Amino acid sequence: MLLNQFLLLAAGLFCIGVYGVLVRRSAMLVLMSIELILNAVNINLVAFGALTDDVGGSVFALFTIAVAAAEVGIGLAIVLLMYRNRRSIDLAQVDLLKG
Amino acid sequence: MLSVLAAGSVSKVSTVTHDANWFLEHAWIIPLLPAISFVVILFFGKRMPKKGAEIGITAVAISFLLALATGWSWIDHRDHVEFDAGGDESEVVDDHGDYLAPDELGNDEHAVVVDDGHSNVNDSVRLAVAAAEAGGEAEGSHPYVAVQTSTQWLQSGGVEFSAGILVDGLSVMMLLVVTLISLLVHVYSTDYVGGDRRYTHFFAFLSLFTASMLFFVLSDNILQMIVGWELVGVCSFALIGHWWEEKPNSDAALKAFLTNRVGDVGLLVGMITLFFAAGGGTTFDTITINEQIVQGQVGHTALVVAAAALTAAVMSKSGQFILHTWLPDAMAGPTPVSALIHAATMVVAGIFMVARLYPVFFEGMSIGGSSINLLSTVGAVTLVGAGLLAFVQDDIKKVLAYSTVSQLGYMAMALGVGAWTAAVFHLFTHAFFKANLFLGSGSVAHAVHSFDMKKDMGGMKKYMPRTFWTFVIGSVALAGLPPLAGFWSKDEILVGTGGWGLFGGTGGNGAYTFHLVMGMIGAALTAAYMTRCIYLTFFGRWRGGHAHDEHAHDDHAHDDHAHHGEPHESGPRILIPLYVLSGFSLVIGLVNLPPGLFSGSSKDPAGWQERFLHYIEPAGSSYFPAVAHGTPSWSLALISTGIALLGIGLAFRYYFIRVDRLSRVTGQSLTSLPNGLTTTNRLARAGHTLLVNKYYLDHLYTGIIAGFTKGPLARAAYWVNQNVLDRTVNLAGETAVRTGKVVYTKIDQGVVDGFVNRAGRASDATGQELRKINSGRVQNYATLLFAAAAILAGAFIILFAL
Repeated sequence: MLLNQFLLLAAGLFCIGVYGVLVRRSAMLVLMSIELILNAVNINLVAFGALTDDVGGSVFALFTIAVAAAEVGIGLAIVLLMYRNRRSIDLAQVDLLKG
Repeated sequence: MLSVLAAGSVSKVSTVTHDANWFLEHAWIIPLLPAISFVVILFFGKRMPKKGAEIGITAVAISFLLALATGWSWIDHRDHVEFDAGGDESEVVDDHGDYLAPDELGNDEHAVVVDDGHSNVNDSVRLAVAAAEAGGEAEGSHPYVAVQTSTQWLQSGGVEFSAGILVDGLSVMMLLVVTLISLLVHVYSTDYVGGDRRYTHFFAFLSLFTASMLFFVLSDNILQMIVGWELVGVCSFALIGHWWEEKPNSDAALKAFLTNRVGDVGLLVGMITLFFAAGGGTTFDTITINEQIVQGQVGHTALVVAAAALTAAVMSKSGQFILHTWLPDAMAGPTPVSALIHAATMVVAGIFMVARLYPVFFEGMSIGGSSINLLSTVGAVTLVGAGLLAFVQDDIKKVLAYSTVSQLGYMAMALGVGAWTAAVFHLFTHAFFKANLFLGSGSVAHAVHSFDMKKDMGGMKKYMPRTFWTFVIGSVALAGLPPLAGFWSKDEILVGTGGWGLFGGTGGNGAYTFHLVMGMIGAALTAAYMTRCIYLTFFGRWRGGHAHDEHAHDDHAHDDHAHHGEPHESGPRILIPLYVLSGFSLVIGLVNLPPGLFSGSSKDPAGWQERFLHYIEPAGSSYFPAVAHGTPSWSLALISTGIALLGIGLAFRYYFIRVDRLSRVTGQSLTSLPNGLTTTNRLARAGHTLLVNKYYLDHLYTGIIAGFTKGPLARAAYWVNQNVLDRTVNLAGETAVRTGKVVYTKIDQGVVDGFVNRAGRASDATGQELRKINSGRVQNYATLLFAAAAILAGAFIILFAL
């Protein structure tokens, strides 16, 4: 089975996602990058599920998608409130917790 | 007729089962209700429309109804067990064991402990069953069965601490007396202390007192008795000092409390002795302790110690000579309190305790077959000593207070001579007529705002005819004229002394001739001082009407009443309790008519004779000693009545004839003859002075005992303190200071503080560095997170791959 290809694809997506989360300044793009990370994980789950002929992998992937939907809901709400308060969604400016 | 219930021929069966009438098993609700009422009044009383009085009255009224039901159940229970062996009682009993089978009752002792699945909650009803005496044909299968419901509270080192109730005739009788009188006093108080600044507080403590007394009389173990005993003491303290703003009142409260502490030492010593000697060091259970003593398992010396120590407790709580001094002073409390606590209920706690633990006294003092012992002598001396003191009192409540002391002396004496039923019966009747008299005196005082008979009373018959008649009924009952209540109980006591062999009486536990004579003297004194009291209060002309604010203990709340003007009759809330109580004073003596007075057998269940004895006295039960009953005789009854009439006659001649005539002649309302015996006869004057000074007992206590403690003893203690104790303490202190200095400079400053400072600086520097990481930017955090995760993942791979 072509497991390696799936893993490589997932690793690539994951790295792109991490890169986006770490360097993009727009909160929207950070959220989208998080989605990439989650989907990279999903690919891994499905791939391993197919390899071991276990439906559990697919079930977990579906579960992740559902949770991701909820996460996006909350994330968008945070972004929206941030925009309302600051007229900006630049994460670099959000540093109230600075010690 | 001599009926001796000999213990030796009685077979005793103590057993445990779960069946009794609901009211007998749940009698603990009766004290619980006033206890709840106390808490509710304390927290919510002031917000209620009647300031909390309605809560107390409701609780006590329900308790009274429950007590009535319990009394009814008890009568049923007693007769049921006695006359109907095939009823429900023995059916249930048969399910558990066969111990009630009549043919087995005459055999040997055996105890059956029934485990019927409820034992895990340790809730058991004990039926202390005693078979009837052998050969007693009338009582062939009529055991006296006490009902005990108890729960184990805790168990420690083999000692069982249980909480429970013991319901038998004695406690049922006390339940009825306490709840009824408490209810009447509650009703009376709504008028009497109405408008008082601590009205709510007053009712809260009335409730607590009622609860404590009920708790005390229901106790099934001596530990609980001690708790109840102290609780009533505390309530007494609080209520005597109800108007504590005035120094004499708070002094009286303290005196009552401290005098009772003296006796409480005796109580503790006695109870501890009983616990180890009769309870085997494992149980406080009253029935077990009594049974052990009845069966002769306990050494005589221990019983002598216990009985003597407990007598000291009785002396303080029940106002026996020489510790009685607190009781007259306790009249500083509001009159309803005097009626409830210091006449009808609390002061009989000592008597009740003796009655409950009667085997201790009966065996310990060898009451049977003797002719003198500590308890009976204390009682006899109290009875006459206090009766004499009542003659020199000007305060109407103090007359009644000494009368109470004297009547308690009767009860203690009766217990001391073995006349158990007579003592308990006198307790019963006395509660009614003494409460009647106290409430009557309060009614008069309410009208004239004073308790001083000589200054502020006189001629009250004209103003308060209803109070007058109830007071007269109470007085006649107290004086012991037939057929009122006091006659029957007093006469029984005199019969019980057994010192009456000369005049046709028989029986009794010994020849207590001295006590019979003292009882006779007491009867004459009682009749005479009550006559004096009635004359001074109700006859002659009213001597009040001038300013008497300095005497007015009780009228703080009645500023709206006119302080001048003629006194007037009290309202219905005061009069109705008086009517009820005087009604009882008239007829209550008839519940224990002596046998042979009318035709019929004394044991006849349908008859009227010795009903009280039948239902109350646990004769033949496993926890009661074999007391003998004297047989009443007509001659004794006639002579004691004659002596009471003689007392009345002498006092009547002095006050109603001579003083009254002189008053008319001089036009004044006199209270004594100007040329009486005390002014003409030296001996009489000396006696009078002795009485006015109350036998100098207060001088002994405050002047000599307290004075010695304050004077030489205190100085000696001071010297020891200064020269021995203080020197040691100073030396120790100086050494400690020197050591402390060394420790401070070397260890504390150098080592401990240095370490702490360095630790502080280190964490400060670390923090300064670390705060740079805390940029507040979420992406920096995420970077750290991912970096850490990557490092951990790398470490993980290296660790497991290699």
